[in-house]
Amino acid sequence: MKIVLQDLTKKFPGRGRKKREEVVAVKDFSFEIPDGALVGLLGPSGCGKSTTLNLISGLEQPTAGKIFFGNEDVTDLPAEHRGIGLVFQNYALYPHLSVKQNITFPLENLKGKDKLTKAQMNEKALEAAHLVQIQDLMERKPGELSGGQQQRVAIARALVKNPSVLLLDEPLSNLDARLRLQTREEIRRIQRETKITTIFVTHDQEEAMSISDLIVVMKEGVVQQIGKPQDVYDNPANLFVAKFLGTPPINVFHGEIRDGMLHIGEEAVLPVCRTENQKVFVGIRPEGFIVQEDGPFSCALKGVEVMGRDISVLSSNEASLNPTVRSIVDSRHRVDTGSGRVRFALNPRKVLLFTKDTQKRILTAACEVSI
Amino acid sequence: MKRKKRLNDNIKGWLYLLPALLFLGAFMVYPLIDVFVYSFEEGYHSASQTYLGIGAYNYSYVLHDPYFLQALQNTFLLVIITVPLSTVIAIAVSVGLNSIKALRDFFQTVYFLPYVTNTLAVGLVFMILFRKTPYSDGFINLIIRFFGGSSVDFIEGPYWAKMFVLCFYTIWVVMPFKILILTSALSSVNQDYYKAAKVDGTSRWRTFIKITLPMISPMVFYLIITGFIGAFKAYSDVVALFGTNLNAAGMNTIVGYVYDMLYGDSGGYPSYASAAAILLFVIVLTITCINLLGSKKHVHY
Amino acid sequence: MDFQKIEKQTRIKNGILRSVTCLFLGIWGLIVLFPFYWMILTSVKSYGAYNSEYIPKFFTLSPTFENYREAFTAVPLGKYLLNTAFFTLCTTALMLVAVTLAAFAFARLQFKGKKIAFVGFLSLMMIPNELVVITNFVTITNLDMRNTFQGLIFPSVMSVFYIYLLKENFEQIPDSLYRAAKVDGTSDFKYLVKVMIPMSKPTLVTITILKVIECWNSYVWPRLITDNPSYYLVSNGIQEIRENGFGRENVPAMMAAVVVISVPLIFLFLAFRRKIMDGVSRGGTKG
Repeated sequence: MKIVLQDLTKKFPGRGRKKREEVVAVKDFSFEIPDGALVGLLGPSGCGKSTTLNLISGLEQPTAGKIFFGNEDVTDLPAEHRGIGLVFQNYALYPHLSVKQNITFPLENLKGKDKLTKAQMNEKALEAAHLVQIQDLMERKPGELSGGQQQRVAIARALVKNPSVLLLDEPLSNLDARLRLQTREEIRRIQRETKITTIFVTHDQEEAMSISDLIVVMKEGVVQQIGKPQDVYDNPANLFVAKFLGTPPINVFHGEIRDGMLHIGEEAVLPVCRTENQKVFVGIRPEGFIVQEDGPFSCALKGVEVMGRDISVLSSNEASLNPTVRSIVDSRHRVDTGSGRVRFALNPRKVLLFTKDTQKRILTAACEVSI
Repeated sequence: MKRKKRLNDNIKGWLYLLPALLFLGAFMVYPLIDVFVYSFEEGYHSASQTYLGIGAYNYSYVLHDPYFLQALQNTFLLVIITVPLSTVIAIAVSVGLNSIKALRDFFQTVYFLPYVTNTLAVGLVFMILFRKTPYSDGFINLIIRFFGGSSVDFIEGPYWAKMFVLCFYTIWVVMPFKILILTSALSSVNQDYYKAAKVDGTSRWRTFIKITLPMISPMVFYLIITGFIGAFKAYSDVVALFGTNLNAAGMNTIVGYVYDMLYGDSGGYPSYASAAAILLFVIVLTITCINLLGSKKHVHY
Repeated sequence: MDFQKIEKQTRIKNGILRSVTCLFLGIWGLIVLFPFYWMILTSVKSYGAYNSEYIPKFFTLSPTFENYREAFTAVPLGKYLLNTAFFTLCTTALMLVAVTLAAFAFARLQFKGKKIAFVGFLSLMMIPNELVVITNFVTITNLDMRNTFQGLIFPSVMSVFYIYLLKENFEQIPDSLYRAAKVDGTSDFKYLVKVMIPMSKPTLVTITILKVIECWNSYVWPRLITDNPSYYLVSNGIQEIRENGFGRENVPAMMAAVVVISVPLIFLFLAFRRKIMDGVSRGGTKG
């Protein structure tokens, strides 16, 4: 089902006695989620992504704005009538019920003409269990399951009533690193098989990038950018998005555009076109550095980490906002550690410019000159 | 040297325990043993501290004493009426309290007030409220008459009326503890369970039966067990309502019987008192064990 | 699907449910508060006015404090209050000393027989008071300590549960502090006084308040052990007033006495509301 969010805003009354200022959790969120998409809501904690999820689920009412499921306005519709499946961060499995009872729980709520017989319920439960591959655990209690298995039960419980939308709140954060990789593939597979429009919330950019069709990056209640993971990574709308996506994170420098050349410190590192002279933030992705003996950009070398196929060059530069500039280069390149300095050429597609005041992206794509 | 130090350490440890040990030894451990001894000493004479022989006569006497049987009946009635009723009302109040935000703190404070008041003193107020005298019908009878009933003396009137006041007052007194325990149990239930249930369209009643109740079941059973123990030991609230001459009022309880045997006009029989106290202990122990067995079946963790 | 209908129904249902809940809570609140209101109201009605009301009035236009004067002069209510305050103070102080020392021994010291002693202490928690009161009564009588404060206080001192509560609290103070103090040559006792007691202040305050409430309201033991009114505590005093004081029917004076002995605890409760409720929910039971 297609989901449309229209100028969605949610304010909470402020806490504390004297300062009763309202807290704006989500501000003017507009977005159209295509049918069958897997969408990742991404942002640091407190950015409003969980609130957005709660608004879509109907557990919270928006202060302003509208929500449509398909063509129906569901803004004021209570959660139970929206036909959604919700998976909680801590799974919220009922500890006193067996796996099977947990999965059939939502079905037992159906009334009137939707009412199911015991046999139908069992059949549906087994179907959902097969989908997430927990059919052998049906008689166990949640306490006897591992974290990954609990996660699967929670997904099965959310899927059993054929929801039109599946919502997952930090689905992987309670799992250890190995299970996380496995489970995110699993979520992707289940979503592909069921074709249910799925929205999940995460603070882990890698998680969001790896499985989403679309990602939404949020900060302090405001949507920063929406797009396909690769697009957002390559063309971040602002410095926040650029910094938030990618591991290792992007390197940021103070820079200046003077007469069509980008300067970092006193070095002219890259030609840029059609931009006025101004001071800028320069973001350079770690993979945007090319070690080159006569490269225009020089840094003080701090060390080299060998990571197999690639090597990671650690250096420092006075104009850098971070103490360490981390670049990843092909291991065929040789880095002379003796001189104490290293010179780079820059891949212009990996160099991103942002204005100093608004930190918005300055588009320079029209003037690509390869070095 | 080392050995001496260890010896010193041992002595020091026991030295720190000494005050507690003295008090406990003199006023808990020794009496505990002694009460069994008393209960088997037949014909104990408290002035001369002599006895005639050893045997179970004291128990037999107590069990055939009409006052004890009356006390037994009163106590059982009180327990059977107040424990389930107070638990159910406390659950209802706590669930209600948990569902509102405004005034919650205020209500919690108000509901807890009876806990800190003197049972005897407030019992007196209840007596005044329920009593019917030649001068006045009293407040409760005013209400009864308002609804078209005829007035009753709850304090010196028929048995059922007296039992009603006693149960009412007992519930009033035990409620704060139960509400407190249940509200904190309810607020510690993870809210996600309720959200999950809501998203699944679970009705409120089903949510309560299938989720809330199982989640707080350990605390409910704790309250039932302590409720049984407390109600079996009812005494001062009875005195507050009906005065110290409980046998005459026909409202004595087992504990009241024990004290009456020990002290006052009917006193001077520590052997009978001991036998009655041990009988009470056995009853409470048995019922607690039954409760614990029952709770094993129903409590899920 | 008629969405608007569902929305409306839900809203109405929620509204009704909330009203019913509030009504129910309000009624229970009224049941709790009404006796308090009635006792204050009656205590300010004049004797004549009270007795002439065949149908009791819900308010009074001419409040009088005469009854309070009567309560303090016709019966030794002041004496009862003093007795209770003295009894409460001594019992609580002794309890604090004994409990703190024992809890410290269990929490920090290493000595032979500690485990057995602790299990012994814990099992005493299950012994009902009714079982030991009989022998205590005989003991105190034989020691000729009836109608003395020693006889009142000593058997009321110990509460095993508080040892347990405090021990748990002491154990949460990190070992490293104890070791550091040992290295500095601090004696165990000094460590207890200078470090552990200040750090466990919240628990100690809770224990103190709970014990004060218990002492203030204790009835059974004082009743057994005193028959001389000059040693009565408030509970016995109020019972005495009910049965013999003022002449039976001076209800307003009786209520004035009830107000006087209830007020200290209610103020204590309002001042330490959070502490008391936390302490009780951690395992206090009444009586």
